[in-house]
Amino acid sequence: MRSHIREFDSSTLNESVQNTIMRDLKAVGKKFMHVLYPRKSNTLLRDWDLWGPLILCVTLALMLQRSSVDSEKDGGPQFAEVFVIVWFGAVTITLNSKLLGGNISFFQSLCVLGYCILPLTVAMLVCRLVLLAEQGPINFMVRLFVVIVMFTWSIVASTAFLADSQPPNRKALAIYPVFLFYFVISWMILTFTPQ
Amino acid sequence: MAAVGDLQFEEFGNAAATAAENPGATTISIEGPGESPTHQAGLPRGSGGEEDDELLGNDDSDKTELLAGQKKSSPFWTFEYYQTFFDVDTYQVFDRIKGSLLPIPGKNFVRLYIRSNPDLYGPFWICATLVFAIAISGNLSNFLIHLGEKTYHYVPEFRKVSIAATIIYAYAWLVPLALWGFLMWRNSKVMNIVSYSFLEIVCVYGYSLFIYIPTAVLWIIPQKAVRWILVMIALGVSGSVLAMTFWPAVREDNRRIALATIVTIVLLHTLLSVGCLAYFFDAPEMDHLPTATAAPNQTVAAAKAR
Repeated sequence: MRSHIREFDSSTLNESVQNTIMRDLKAVGKKFMHVLYPRKSNTLLRDWDLWGPLILCVTLALMLQRSSVDSEKDGGPQFAEVFVIVWFGAVTITLNSKLLGGNISFFQSLCVLGYCILPLTVAMLVCRLVLLAEQGPINFMVRLFVVIVMFTWSIVASTAFLADSQPPNRKALAIYPVFLFYFVISWMILTFTPQ
Repeated sequence: MAAVGDLQFEEFGNAAATAAENPGATTISIEGPGESPTHQAGLPRGSGGEEDDELLGNDDSDKTELLAGQKKSSPFWTFEYYQTFFDVDTYQVFDRIKGSLLPIPGKNFVRLYIRSNPDLYGPFWICATLVFAIAISGNLSNFLIHLGEKTYHYVPEFRKVSIAATIIYAYAWLVPLALWGFLMWRNSKVMNIVSYSFLEIVCVYGYSLFIYIPTAVLWIIPQKAVRWILVMIALGVSGSVLAMTFWPAVREDNRRIALATIVTIVLLHTLLSVGCLAYFFDAPEMDHLPTATAAPNQTVAAAKAR
């Protein structure tokens, strides 16, 4: 058994870079699938990683960034503002659920909250594509519908993973901040105007 | 009787063993690498459904009786110290919110609802919700008011969120600090029967801000009269909660100082609500500008308004 473990350790040092990257990418991709089809499984909790949340947060912040030409006027959020909102929001929610007596670890909760931004990132992509068409009320209705659907998906996915770790008489208290968090992100996506 | 006594002795011994192995059973492999074993303090009382339940219940009730006298005994650098401020259940938070919405004359909010269990969950998350409610409603109402104007380009105005957050959190923490300091000072001069701890004052202020969340959402309606009526209602409800809470604390004091304190509390509250209304919500114009009818591409704006 010991020689097996030693072999495993040395083999990850000696393997090619492509192998390492592909292994991490596959883990991230597997978790994306878990978020898109949320079932009550422990995979997201057991092998947590923060690559997925980082990729999603950077993508979202890049797409939400307003063009720097008219940065003097009060406009949409900058890259740093979106980044700060996502990460500090996730940290605050995690602290809140731990203070309320939940038995989930700090990074597992960050991992779940970060991965469940995936539906909203997809909504942002769709909104940007829809905004290439002509503006109007139909445009807005389509974007509103997409954002609402993806917002519900995020909430359902994160609740499926996080709800079990809370004491039963405080579930609503722990879930409400998650709702607020995704609501604010959805609002930022919905009110995004180009140029 | 001796048999029962023997049995009880044995049960206590068993309880110690099961209590020792129970934490190991409930906290399985979900722990992260750098996790300190602090979860035992946060174990829910309703856990476990076996025959050991009564034994654990006895242990817990003994523990709660012991701890009730010495509530915050952990040093302030441990996690358990801060967990004592979040020791509320869902129904308790709802009860406190309900109490802040329906002030009953003669009933003290602190004595009725908080009862020496002040929490920080309510104040923190009510303030957070209020910050976003004001920022989003302000943005939405400005968009609706300026809809149809050619020269108006919609911007999400994200900077206002940070300004709203600063204002509301400063109000919810600095004003209770000042009030607590003032009450402590008066307490040293005049013997008051009722004195509040700092956390209880923060709690009252936090929960009293709850009425402003639906008020902020309703402020989207672009009618001046409606907005001012809403201000009056919200001020009446939350101001009366605050006044009725703090009147017993200053009642024994010099009449003028007591009245001045209550008036200052209500005045600061008024300043907050009127200031938020003025800063985040543009004034609705009474009549439309004549430039709106000239250009031909107003049909697009008309379609937007429908």
